[in-house]
Amino acid sequence: MSAAERSKGTASAAATESADKIIAEVRELFPHDLLVQPTVDGMPSLWVDKAHVKELLKICKHDLKAGFAMLYDLTAIDERVRTHRDGQPASDFTLVYQLLSFDRNAFIRIKVALVGDKPSIDSICPLWESANWYERECHDMFGIGFDGHPNLYPLIMPPNWDGHPLRKEHPARATEMEPFRIDDEMQDAEQEALRFVPEEWGMERSSKNTDFMFLNMGPNHPSVHGVFRIALQLYGEEIVDAVPDIGYHHRGAEKMGERQAWHTYMPYTDRIDYLGGVMNNLPYVMSLEQMAGIEVSSRVETIRVMMCECFRLQSHFLFFGTFAQDIGQMSPIFYIFTDREMLFGIIESITGGRMHPSWFRIGGVAQDLPNGWDIELRKFLKQMPKKLDKYQKMVMDNRIIKQRTVGVGVYNTAEAIEWGVTGGGLRATGSDWDMRKKMPYSGYENFDFDVPVGSNGDVYDRAMIRLDEMRQSLRIIQQCVDNMPEGPYKADHSLTSPPVKDKTMTDIETLIHHFVHSTWGPAIPPGEACLPIEGTKGLNSYYLVSDGSTNSYRTRIRTPSFPHLQMVPTMSRGMMVADLIAIIASIDFVMADVDR
Amino acid sequence: MTPVMANLLNIVGILVFVVFGAAMLTWVERRVLGIWQDRHGPNRVGPFGTLQIVADMIKLLVKEDWVPDFSDKFIFVIAPTIAMFVVVAAFAVIPMAPGVGIVDLNVGLLFFLAMTSLGVYAVMFGAYASDNKYALIGGIRAAAQMVSYEVFMGLSLMGVVMLAGSFDLRQVVLSQQDGWYIFPQFIGAFIFMMAGIAESHRTPFDLPEAEHELTAGFHTEYSGMKFAMFFIGEYVSVLLTSAMITVLFLGGWLGPDFAPPLFWFLLKTLILVLFMILIRGSLPRPRYDQLMSFGWKCMLPLALANLVVTAALILR
Repeated sequence: MSAAERSKGTASAAATESADKIIAEVRELFPHDLLVQPTVDGMPSLWVDKAHVKELLKICKHDLKAGFAMLYDLTAIDERVRTHRDGQPASDFTLVYQLLSFDRNAFIRIKVALVGDKPSIDSICPLWESANWYERECHDMFGIGFDGHPNLYPLIMPPNWDGHPLRKEHPARATEMEPFRIDDEMQDAEQEALRFVPEEWGMERSSKNTDFMFLNMGPNHPSVHGVFRIALQLYGEEIVDAVPDIGYHHRGAEKMGERQAWHTYMPYTDRIDYLGGVMNNLPYVMSLEQMAGIEVSSRVETIRVMMCECFRLQSHFLFFGTFAQDIGQMSPIFYIFTDREMLFGIIESITGGRMHPSWFRIGGVAQDLPNGWDIELRKFLKQMPKKLDKYQKMVMDNRIIKQRTVGVGVYNTAEAIEWGVTGGGLRATGSDWDMRKKMPYSGYENFDFDVPVGSNGDVYDRAMIRLDEMRQSLRIIQQCVDNMPEGPYKADHSLTSPPVKDKTMTDIETLIHHFVHSTWGPAIPPGEACLPIEGTKGLNSYYLVSDGSTNSYRTRIRTPSFPHLQMVPTMSRGMMVADLIAIIASIDFVMADVDR
Repeated sequence: MTPVMANLLNIVGILVFVVFGAAMLTWVERRVLGIWQDRHGPNRVGPFGTLQIVADMIKLLVKEDWVPDFSDKFIFVIAPTIAMFVVVAAFAVIPMAPGVGIVDLNVGLLFFLAMTSLGVYAVMFGAYASDNKYALIGGIRAAAQMVSYEVFMGLSLMGVVMLAGSFDLRQVVLSQQDGWYIFPQFIGAFIFMMAGIAESHRTPFDLPEAEHELTAGFHTEYSGMKFAMFFIGEYVSVLLTSAMITVLFLGGWLGPDFAPPLFWFLLKTLILVLFMILIRGSLPRPRYDQLMSFGWKCMLPLALANLVVTAALILR
């Protein structure tokens, strides 16, 4: 057992230990029945009945010592055709609340069984601001009602969409549906459904003194970074209210997860946070490896860390360039794209792909590192720090940039947690919570790096944090290059996919395995797992439910950008249109990551 | 050569030079910015990409000349005409060299200020007639910005007028034989440059057409040749500002004898144009309210102080 494997073993042991402790503490405060579901990911998972879930969530948030302050995720599972549910209560739709405690560095999963075709439950919007969009999404996708929700209007799906896509009876492919036709009547109806009525968006047309102007920004606008729409209520150039509208980039990535084999879903993950490349593969393969019981070598872990940090750099490069550009500075993005191109060249020489290499595999990576992989990388690492200093001088030290960004779009740590903000947006407020430090995964505990922390939580700090994170990423990559461990690039495990091939020609069992895995793909043992990572933009995770089949029963992708965008109105009220652009630029989101 | 012929030659020559020069500037700007930004810029069409302008022109000419149904058609059409007309007309009073220049008005400077002031109508008409909210915001910004910056643009030039004792631009150049006004009137030159960039709404004063906020601002609805007229108008305006700075502060055509006077005029103008492009390549864009308060709270007092001090020194 290598050092990395050993430390990983103790880390997961510590996690299970604290899971029991957390459950015991919750039981002390919560008088009603709780059913504990054993999980492979070491996350305490509790079933509670529908009537008491709000009470339990409240206890977890407020009453528990070092409580679970953040609603990390809220989603549902359509349980109606699931076979392996051993010991779980009867349920048609299971609502899953996942909470995160920054004081404990721990997650908790709370599940509620809902019965019936149109189930409903009390909304938890009064408890968490961020629950709003999550509940609307569940309503869209599963048809679950939330009583007391302020505005259960379709969020991701079009307003007159028929059916709930993540229900099992909803087809996943266009070929399973009737041919699509649109007649004049339907077209008129669709057009009418798109009419902008301010009242429906919760905005007033006029106040006592003035009529407001409504400005529809996006879905096609140069500064909204993709297909993001935001309806602005303006008083002159001042923003009275801003209501974001998402869903234009929705591709049904979660539904695709249920139809693809475990292994063939990998390329889809690359395109979730499309700037994150292989960083998206990591939470997916980690969850799968946990379920399959695969331990990867320290070489695999180090290669993965190295590639992930390369993509963190790539994402931050793009962020930084577009940030400057959105504030009207034209040149930095061109300089940065030169560096980005150089790093893409290096990534290409290692993985064969550029933006979306889909390079990680269940139990390892696709190939071993090529000969001489480190030559260009070392050159890159040598020249980058100086260049970053130059960019800092060019952008962050510029007085106009400071005027435009300091004190704009401010929120504090408590607000960030309330709204589900993670990653750089959280650390800009002064919190030093970085998953790589607090709950290390994939061997991050072996690296020496700092966590940049801001203080004001404004646009300037959010940009500065990312610039500093680039420097730290360079440090991590340098350590990977200097200390790349020897070892196999794929785990010797029957579920590694594609399987290790060296014995296929001499051993019939291996040959059969190889054949089965290459055609159907590996069958992952029944279970559930969710292993979050510190992605480019915040916490990212794949909550995978396996029913013992070759594809997923439910794939839930928790992305950081989704809750971040929900915060735009709070940040931009009372600001000017130009500030909104700076705020949007500073959030660092991609719409594929929001809509999935 | 009869005086009539000379005048005709001047008029046609300067008109062609201005319009062609402005078109050429679109290429120069892209090329120079490209070099400064570690990339190539347009280098495919013709030698060094110089024929890019021709390609652009063909493209713009064959585009559908679309006037939106919801627009106020008459105003929509005349707006780009005004934009182009006022800046070209202002060139009439620029003395380029001895014998080169269309007219020597004894109120040349005032004529120049009057013409550039009219430029705001182009933007406002364009924005208003487009019936588009982005255009409207751009138009409001433009009107506020141009009107405010006009105030101290005029004031910044009064120092020069006092030193030269004339509004006639040719006299202004001739009176600089003992020394360029950039030295005694450094603050005035600086303020005029700022105001000039603001008048031609270029970065960092490009708020009326701030791409990242207002898509294209006041000319959002324009396409084809009407767009091109706004576009070329902007470049003529850059040329005009540079030419004015040359005339007022850099001694116009004055220079060593080994080269013709026109050469010196053009060289100085070109350097100023490049400087304005460099500014565009390096500075971000301030916010609208910051721009206005910078104008009224910083530039205006500075211009007034400059005026008072200059006057005091002359009357001493």
